[in-house]
Amino acid sequence: MAIIKPRVKSPKKAEKGEVIEIKALISHPMESGNRKDKKGQPIPKNMIKHFKCEYNGVVVFEIDFLSSTSANPFLTFKTVATESGELVFTWTEDSGNVYSKTSKITVE
Amino acid sequence: MTRATKNFNRREVLIGTGAAIAVAGLALSSPAAFAGTKSFEESYKKITAGKTLLEGRIDLDVPEIAENGNSVPLSVSVESPMSEKDYVKTVYVLADGNPSAGVATFHFTPRSGEAYAATRMRLAKTQDIIAIAEMSDGSFYKIKKNVKVTIGGCGG
Repeated sequence: MAIIKPRVKSPKKAEKGEVIEIKALISHPMESGNRKDKKGQPIPKNMIKHFKCEYNGVVVFEIDFLSSTSANPFLTFKTVATESGELVFTWTEDSGNVYSKTSKITVE
Repeated sequence: MTRATKNFNRREVLIGTGAAIAVAGLALSSPAAFAGTKSFEESYKKITAGKTLLEGRIDLDVPEIAENGNSVPLSVSVESPMSEKDYVKTVYVLADGNPSAGVATFHFTPRSGEAYAATRMRLAKTQDIIAIAEMSDGSFYKIKKNVKVTIGGCGG
């Protein structure tokens, strides 16, 4: 099984009120449950179903991944830099496994 | 009386429990089996039931031709001030030719700053991609774009 590794690229510094762009990637097979292996056995469903970004505890962006999302889902979104603090990114798998990553931001 | 009750307890209850478990099992397994595989019509109806879809404000950026259906970039943006009073709540993205139409559902907040998001999707064949934006005032905007897929990306 592939190693599931979350990665995030977000600015370290921003001006107050600036709209910042955040890129988040998780290496994940995202099996939809529709495919079959070489022996014709269905490959069990294994998807990331949900992603959210919290800015100092406030949810600023969420996404529900559905069956037609590609493997290794890459994501770009924006948020307003309001204050210095922590950005917490959380990916939730169908099975309930949670992967998370934290990054810090300084707002001047 | 005591004996009859006992018999009832032992046998009938066991049979009854077995049946109940079987029924519960069926009830549990059927929605689960269809949970991830909603057809396009089903998903589309669920989102838009009884609502008027307006044109404009929403923009969907997808390639005209995708060589590999396994990973097709997609980005959506919606014109909105993104203030507490007027912002984009949700953007649904659907692919009408996939076995399961749902691509992703984006949830924005006024803190998002801009209603913009990008990700990648799987496409089984040449088809239309539909994005529907739900605004905080309850109005809906829609856009449809066609993507030509050279090699499908859903196993087949």
